[in-house]
This record gives sequence, C-alpha cells and structure tokens, in this order.
Amino acid sequence: MTPGRRKTVPVPRLIFEKSREGRMGCNAPVADTPEVDLKAAMGSLRAELHLPEVGELEVVRHFTNLSHVNYGIDTGFYPLGSCSMKYNPRVNERTASHPGFARLHPMQPPATIPGALEILAGVQDMLCAITGFDHITLQPLAGAHGEMACLMLIKAYHDSRGEGGKRKVVLVPDSAHGTNPASAARCGYSVRSVPTDPDGNTDLAALREALDDTVAALMLTNPSTLGLFEANIVEVCRMVHEAGGQVFCDGANMNAMVGMTRPADHGFDCMHLNLHKTFSTPHGGGGPGCGAIGLQKHLEAFVPTPVVRRRADGSVELDAHRPLSIGRVSAYYGQFLMEVRAYTYLRAFGREKMADIARHAVLNANYVMERLRAVLPPAYDRPCMHECVLTAEPIKKETGLRALDISKRLIDYGFHPPTNYFPLIVHEAIMIEPTETETKETLDAFCDAMIAICAEARSNPELLRNAPTTQIVGRLDETAAVKNLDVRWRPPARHAVEA
Amino acid sequence: MPYIPHTDADRREMLATIGAPSIDHLFREIPAGLRVAPGSLDLPPALDEARLIDHLADLARSNRHMGVLDCFLGAGIYDRYTPALVGALISRGEFLTAYTPYQPELSQGFLQTIYEFQSMIAELYGMDVANASMYDGATALAEAAILASGVKGRHKIYASAAIHPHYRQVLETYCWAMDLQVETLPAPDGVTEGWSGVGEDAAAILVQHPNFYGVLEDLAAVRSAADRAGSLMVVSADPVAMALVKPPGEYGADIVVGEGQPIGVPMGLGGPLVGLFTCRQEHVRRIPGRIVGRTSDHDGNPGYVMTLRTREQDIRREKATSNICTNEALMALATTIALCALGKNGLRQVAEGSVRNTQYAIKALAEAGGKLRFPGGKVFCEFVLELPKDAEAVRDRLLERDILAGLPLGAYDARLANCLLVAVTEVRTKAQIDHYAAALKEVLA
Repeated sequence: MTPGRRKTVPVPRLIFEKSREGRMGCNAPVADTPEVDLKAAMGSLRAELHLPEVGELEVVRHFTNLSHVNYGIDTGFYPLGSCSMKYNPRVNERTASHPGFARLHPMQPPATIPGALEILAGVQDMLCAITGFDHITLQPLAGAHGEMACLMLIKAYHDSRGEGGKRKVVLVPDSAHGTNPASAARCGYSVRSVPTDPDGNTDLAALREALDDTVAALMLTNPSTLGLFEANIVEVCRMVHEAGGQVFCDGANMNAMVGMTRPADHGFDCMHLNLHKTFSTPHGGGGPGCGAIGLQKHLEAFVPTPVVRRRADGSVELDAHRPLSIGRVSAYYGQFLMEVRAYTYLRAFGREKMADIARHAVLNANYVMERLRAVLPPAYDRPCMHECVLTAEPIKKETGLRALDISKRLIDYGFHPPTNYFPLIVHEAIMIEPTETETKETLDAFCDAMIAICAEARSNPELLRNAPTTQIVGRLDETAAVKNLDVRWRPPARHAVEA
Repeated sequence: MPYIPHTDADRREMLATIGAPSIDHLFREIPAGLRVAPGSLDLPPALDEARLIDHLADLARSNRHMGVLDCFLGAGIYDRYTPALVGALISRGEFLTAYTPYQPELSQGFLQTIYEFQSMIAELYGMDVANASMYDGATALAEAAILASGVKGRHKIYASAAIHPHYRQVLETYCWAMDLQVETLPAPDGVTEGWSGVGEDAAAILVQHPNFYGVLEDLAAVRSAADRAGSLMVVSADPVAMALVKPPGEYGADIVVGEGQPIGVPMGLGGPLVGLFTCRQEHVRRIPGRIVGRTSDHDGNPGYVMTLRTREQDIRREKATSNICTNEALMALATTIALCALGKNGLRQVAEGSVRNTQYAIKALAEAGGKLRFPGGKVFCEFVLELPKDAEAVRDRLLERDILAGLPLGAYDARLANCLLVAVTEVRTKAQIDHYAAALKEVLA
C-alpha cells in the first residue's frame, strides 16, 4: 500500500451553524392530556434555550459526514497496545438491542427480570471459570472503576483486621498504567514505585526492600505492560502476602490469558477485567467500558451491592444482606447492556474455543514482533504475549525522528498508530497489540508499511515530519488548545436571561 | 470461529517466521503449573449464531419490559422518547468501534461531536463548561464532591436527604475511601431544609433538582446557605427539566451534574448511562475526565483535540484530578444526536408534554383514592402519591394488570411505606393514565 491523498470532504461545520429558527429534527410526541399553565405548575421559567434547530435529514447528514472523518475497527487495523481493539461482533449488537433487555428499568421488581438476572449470573459464572476467582461482581462501570473498587475491598479487608490505620501505601511498578496510581490516590493511599529488572520482570530485590507493614497492596499488570509474562509471579505474590499485603491484578492484558492460564492461580487476591477489551464490547469512541472484578473468598464479604447470586438449585437471586459491603460503587446493576454483549460473545466461543482467543492473539503479536525486529528492536528480547513493545531509539539516534513521527506517517499508509511512549520506562516505545481477529494479510501489510516508514526516515525524513498529510487536518496545535481554551460553542450575542 | 480468521496454512507460515514449533511453545514463559489445557475450563458449550440469537431472545422475552408494561416508574431513569435516528447513527462502525480519540487526525468526527456535546450540556445547565462525560449521574455527583473538597481544602460534604438514595450510597462509598465526611440535610416535607446546620467546615452543599421526590428545590436558598458557609454549591439536575426551568447556573451553582439517560439513551436496566458534569470556568483545570477543545493545525485548518491533558491519569498519575479513563463516549454521542434532533423546540415539547401528563395524572390518581404527599412543592414529571394501603402490595397488584405503577418508598423511608413515587413522561397517553387510575381505584376498593 502506498500513502494516499488528502481526504476531500466538506469542511465540517458545527451543528449550531446549521440551525434555523423554527426547525425540528424529529417527530416528537404530542401530549393528548389537557394543556396546563406551566408557570403555575413549575414556578419561574427559563427564557432562552440555545439548542440547535435543524431538520431531520440535516441531523442525519451531519453525523454521517462526521463519521466519515473518524477511524474505527470497522474501517481498518487498530494496533493500539493495551487496548485489545478486536472485532466487535455484530450479533452482540443485535442481542443487546432486544427490547427485553434494552427496555428494562433498573428499579423494577427483580421478580420481573429473570432473564436479565440470568445474563448477569451467567457472565459471572463464565468469568469465574476463566479467571479462577471465587466471586465476580459486575458493578464497576469501567476498568479504572474496577481498580478503584478492588482497592476499596482491600481497604475494607485491612480495616476488618484492624490494620487499616497503618497500611497506607500501595506499590505500583514503574511500568504501570496511569490509572493504577490514580485509583490508589482515590482510595487515600500514597503510592510507591517498584522498578522493573533488566529482563522486564518486577525487580524482586527492590520489591523486598519496599515491603513492610505499611503496604496495603501491590498493583501488578500481568502480562505486564511490556507484553511479558511476569516470570516470578508466584514468588511476587508470596512475598507480598508474607508482608501482610494484598495483590491486585490489572486485567487490561487478559486477552493473553483467556483459556490458557487463570490469574487466580497466580496468587492474585483480586483483579479487574475490561469486558470492552477482552470480551469484545465496543469501545464507542472512549466508552462505555465495563469493569468486572474477580476476587478470592476472603474479600467476598466486602463486595459492592447489589450482589447477584446463583442459588444451589441454579436459580438466581439478589442478595441484599451484606453488612460488611463497601456499599454501592454505581447506581444500579453495572453496564447491563454491555454484559449482554459479553455474554453473547462468551457463549459464541464456549468451552471448546475459548482458548483460541489467547492463542491467536499471542501468535499475531509474536509474528509482528519478528517481522519488525530488524527495523524496530523489541525493548526486551523475550517471547511476547498478546502485544509487543518495540523501541524507535535507534532511529531517533540516527535521524532525530521520534516514535510519534513514525506513528503519524503510519496514518498516511491507512493504519491507526500503535500506542506511543508507554510504558514510560521504554525509550521511544511503540506498543503493538494486533489482537486475534486480524488476518495474516493485514499484519503483513502493516509490517510492510512500518518497514517502509523506517526506510523513509533515512531517505526522506520530511515525509515523517510533515505527516499526516492524508487527513482533513494535519498535526494539531495542542499547546494553543490549552492556552486559548475553547471547549464550547457560545451563541453569538448572548443576552441577559430573565424569566 | 469466524472472529478468528487464521487458516492452518497461516498458522504454519507464521510459526515458521517466528521460529516456533507450535502455538503452545509461545506460552512457554508461563510456568507449567499455571497453565490450563485448552478446552478444559468449566464453561457451557459454544453456540452458533442462529442458536445464540434464539437463546438470548428467550432470556429477553422472560423479562417484563416496557414494551409490555405501561411505565410509571422513574426515580432517575426515565422511559422517554428517543428519535429513531439516534440508534441508526450511533451504530455506524466509525463511531461504535472507535477508540478514545488520542490520535486527533483520525478522530475529527468524534472529537467534533464531543465539542458539540460539551456545548449543549453546558448550555442546558447554564454553566460555563462541561466535560466529555462521566460514568453515570451517581458517580458524577461523587466526583463533584471530591472536586469541591479539593477546591476548599475541607473534608465535609452536606448532602440533601432528598437526593436519590443510590446516589447517596455511591457518594458515601467514594467519600469513605477518600476520608471525607457526609452530613445529611433533612427533607421531611419533600424539600431540603436545615440550612442553619451547614457549618463553615462545608466543602460543598449537594442537592438534587428536581429532587428524589420529584419536587423542585429552592436553589436560591441553597446558594445563600453555600455563601454563608463559604462552600461550593453542587446540583444534580434532570437535563430534560432544564428545557423549562431556570437552570442551576442562573442561581450561581458552582458544579452541576446529572444523568443524561433521559435524552437518547435506553434504560437498559440502568447501564450504560451517561454522567453529565459541568462547572464554572474557574474550576476547569480541576474537572475530572476528558475535555475536548478547538484549535488548528499548522496550515490553519480548524480541528479538535483532547485538551488540558495534564489533569489526566495517564500523564499525572497519582496527582490526577480523577482516576477516570474510559468514560461514556458512545452514550454521550447518543445524547448529542438526540439533542440535535429534538433541538430547542423538541426538548420543550417533550418537557411540556411531561408536565401536562403529570398534572393530569396527579388529578386522575387523586380521584382514584391516592393523595399528593407533598402538595406544597412544584413538580416536573414525578410526584409522591400516598395511598391508604401498603405501596408495595399495590404496586404488585397493578403489575398483574401490566402497569408498572412507580417506586414504593418504604424501603428508603419507613414513614413513606404507603407512598409510591410516580413518574409520567411525554410518552404516556391519556388512555394509559386513565387505565392506571381505574385499576388503582379497583385495587384500593
């Protein structure tokens, strides 16, 4: 594939600029009850409301045209490391749109929603089998929310043992996702960093040094954000437990393990899962997420309410008697329609095929790593799991061009860039996660493009520096965006509002 | 499995390139004792697509959904009209399957919709700025309390008793973890009172508008109390009501949050929803989550980027203003599209229809034997109906007639055991309200 030309589309205008007094974009309901005096019913009324007034076709065109200048998995390869941008099966969308799921009210009596409770219990059961944990709760609404919920469970656990007052530190590896320390801070913990050793594993000596009776937990991503399986995982968990701490698994990288190894067996006390990564619910431009958490028995008393539980006879109930619960972390049952999608996905694979997910995710990642090795060496020369972390440091040294320049040039070749500059400990990091749903042909085309770009870096560096040139905008001025902050449209001449 | 396209030949060639004898070999760094044999987990058998659709349809049909029940239940989640184009547009793959717009050149479409979302939400609430969304209304309220605590350097939050009990529970959980104290302001007559009890240790006063009982709060009184205490004023507001009432921003609110579900998002058993978060300009650098700004490229073409990024967890880590990463972008898009389709006139029509239906229902249900519990309060689309019998029993009897009559309040306040919280939106008809009233009369007889 060779780079294309700049996209020619109508310059997008804001919907507000298309507004004309008196138009409406839908056939909204007309009440057939008697008219009322609004002021008498509601008190002082609002004078102005600056919302767009646009016809229905214009609304459809506006958003359809905007979709044409947006990239999705449906339009092309999306090798973002740590994001598991796999195919989002359309059957999931179909099942989740059934009115028997979509038109349920969260506060209608549980007796009227047996099928919905069965979905929740079914997802819990399957995730228990896949992770090995005793208990799963689907309350958290995203990955970071799941991390925070796990730390709350750990906090409640230490409190219950009278150790909450002294255990105020959470250990986080230097390769961790930013949400880990941020979630720890949200639970009142201070954060201590643990270094990575030269092989890409947790530095055991440094961990030993960091462990004492002030440590509440270690938050560990496995496989790590370097795409490597933590070789000493059993020992790491043992050491933390010996010091009285708990071990949380950041499950962002579960796609490497599905059906092949169970995190609970590694010694973790709890973990979060991103159903929107591993179990194919769509990312939707940044959400909704879906952050199930798994935990061992000793944390079960503290799980957030409500608790969906399967009785011995197979039926499902809501368990309200949870005196030690940390309480609610979200208003209702979690991301229910995302659970329907995840349920659909899990049942499509079933026992027989579940391990195919991790097996092909790992195959694809190792294939890409091998094909790119000559131009972009792996940061750690070990077999990778579902993603590989490469470094553009040699290219930077030789040409001054950075990982970001390579990524921006990749856009001109028609691909979404990989993750850059993460994990923070790898210089000029390029983190590639192909996922299992991509063909060998796509991976080859991507690798060919990367190899061509690395050659261009030496032969014609301006191509990289000026990239991308094929989209409706080039590189945007982010400094100006902060300096001249403009985060909303305002009506041209706003008058004082008085009712 | 069609989601995994590899042929035997692909696997062979790829393994040859890697130099590995088998896929299993690629897992050799996992200690043998930690591996499980593929196909050995305790999982149900795989289903093909036709059987999958049938199986899920069976489960869906076993639920009594709002296609078969007349819904008079609200309490924060509402059965409202969603323009048909919303579902069609948000299911476009370019939106549905996009990641967070970290690469702005490839994401201008989504970024512009977020800018439009921020503009409309800020306008609705009468506030300066909105972020790109929170998880839901409950967590948005908790984030507001935490923001206020940071601004004021105080650790006490005064929250109205007339805030949705689930929101209060989420607030309590978040505050417990952050070591913040939550004090309750009473609402014995359906509106918040006890302002004199707000001390100068208050980081924020939190109210809901209209509140859990459907009653509009006196926001001017909240502002005065906040001024006296030197605290922030935080309001959780129904965005649909904002089409008619003066928005909290005009009363001087510092932070206004809410649940966006009633505008374009299915009830979906309460998830996914979309949390709305707005604040005054002076707090924008403390706002949690993502925010999109307008800028230009090197040729001067206008474009959009995620901005004020140094607040966020991936850059600031434990010093971030929140741990939120993934938000509710797709649901925010649904709300954006619905707001564009409804526009000023449609949103007013929907809100006015709710008021008309609600006022009619109050009369009809009173004639059937119910009584307005808080007659002094102004309501938008929801009210507390006092019955001569236990409300839960009445609710169950009406369910037999396919009427979801409302929320029995006894579980939240023992004094209200005979009370139902009833919501009447624009999609209810006079015939449905008459049917409810007639059935209630029979049940109470």
